[in-house]
Amino acid sequence: MTIVYDDHEGQTTDVPVRRIKFTVNGEKKIAEVEPRLLLSHLIRRGLGLTGTHMGCDTTNCGACTVLVDGRPAKSCTMLAVQADGHEISTVEGLATASELHPLQEGFKEEHGLQCGFCTPGMMMAAKALLDENPDPTEEDVRWALSGNLCRCTGYQNIVKSVLWAAAKLRAESTSSAESGS
Amino acid sequence: MYPSRFRYEAPRSLNEAISLLHDGGDYAKVLAGGQSLVPLMKLRFASPQLVVDINNVPGLDYHRADPDGTLRIGALCRHVHLERSDLLKTTQPTMAAAAPLIADPIVRNRGTLVGSLCHADPQGDWASVVLALGGSVVARGPRGTRAIPLADFVTGPFENVLDPDEIAVEAVIPAAQGTRSGGYLKLERRVGDFATVGVAVALETSGGTVTRAGIALTGVGGSTIGATEAAQALTGRPLSAESIEQAAELTAQAARPRTDHRGSAEYKRHMVRTFVLRLLSRGNTAETAERAA
Repeated sequence: MTIVYDDHEGQTTDVPVRRIKFTVNGEKKIAEVEPRLLLSHLIRRGLGLTGTHMGCDTTNCGACTVLVDGRPAKSCTMLAVQADGHEISTVEGLATASELHPLQEGFKEEHGLQCGFCTPGMMMAAKALLDENPDPTEEDVRWALSGNLCRCTGYQNIVKSVLWAAAKLRAESTSSAESGS
Repeated sequence: MYPSRFRYEAPRSLNEAISLLHDGGDYAKVLAGGQSLVPLMKLRFASPQLVVDINNVPGLDYHRADPDGTLRIGALCRHVHLERSDLLKTTQPTMAAAAPLIADPIVRNRGTLVGSLCHADPQGDWASVVLALGGSVVARGPRGTRAIPLADFVTGPFENVLDPDEIAVEAVIPAAQGTRSGGYLKLERRVGDFATVGVAVALETSGGTVTRAGIALTGVGGSTIGATEAAQALTGRPLSAESIEQAAELTAQAARPRTDHRGSAEYKRHMVRTFVLRLLSRGNTAETAERAA
């Protein structure tokens, strides 16, 4: 990965570059980053994972939400160097080559997106909720997504999508438990 | 938006962090949760030359009660830890009420209570809560450790009394002398917005008499406001409709709201009064129920 810095003649001292090791969607990575690089930029530009969107860039909208060690974080409000030693999950890690994640299916089935800009952040926040609470109430879903803004849907279908995914995941875990016994 | 260029260090001990700050010149900043500092740096309101990230310092993510009931909250204790804390739910009603109202759930995963106090934003919810509870901040530096009452800690908007080479290592809430009650009410336009009005009430009662009262206000002045006269009016007697009314009036007078896009000064002052009435009446009902039982 290459990042190019401006060379302001006469005022550029050494760019302080740090080497970090981290995991993205299960793959181990090493990156050399300037400390002021934001995690969102490392993900989008450095790793080319453009599923993580930059919305407001001011910690409000949640479009850039990724999971850091399983917990949602706004990647525009973390320095890339802070990912050192940590595990990052992005929306690209949800689907497998052949199958959508139930959350992605849910958003499709329940029409949980219109423009789609907030969707990756919504799904990552929802994933953290469902990992912790497989059977959330509508109220639980609304609170868990309250750090993510959507300007299109009015949230109704987003909440339905997450509840749809929760039901599907529960059904899957029940049937796999049954087939396992 | 990028922060301006800075040197970044991620020490693994407090002593190392303190010596980095000590040698770091005039403009070093401590990075804990980063949910206020990183946005400020991106907007170039803050351009530190050195950022000392304390996230790798072990043993700072605690919140625990001493045997005597004193509550200690470490510098890396995140809002989410406090939101989910059984200790707070059972012993700290004002804090337990405020924790789920801080910022939004994603920010709460990273942001810290101690960082919020240091940030000293007049809109910061925790500062009001800690002020109402008579809490303090423990700072450690090359010259040792000192406890600073929150009332003296914040000197103005975004200003605290920490020396450049000091780190706020924990917040301390003193043990209650009586039964704790109280709460935190916040009026916000949407989740994650700053408070239009926030009111923290912390009471301690013993044998039906209020032995200690603290009331503090968020977002209705240039800094966090302690309504000391209102608190005094409640202390040393049982809660009554009359004393509640008096405290609400005195608190509303202590507010210094300004008209802005969140509401008019009159509206905010009215909401301060309403919130104090609600919080204290609730306490009054609990007290009545307790005595009846």
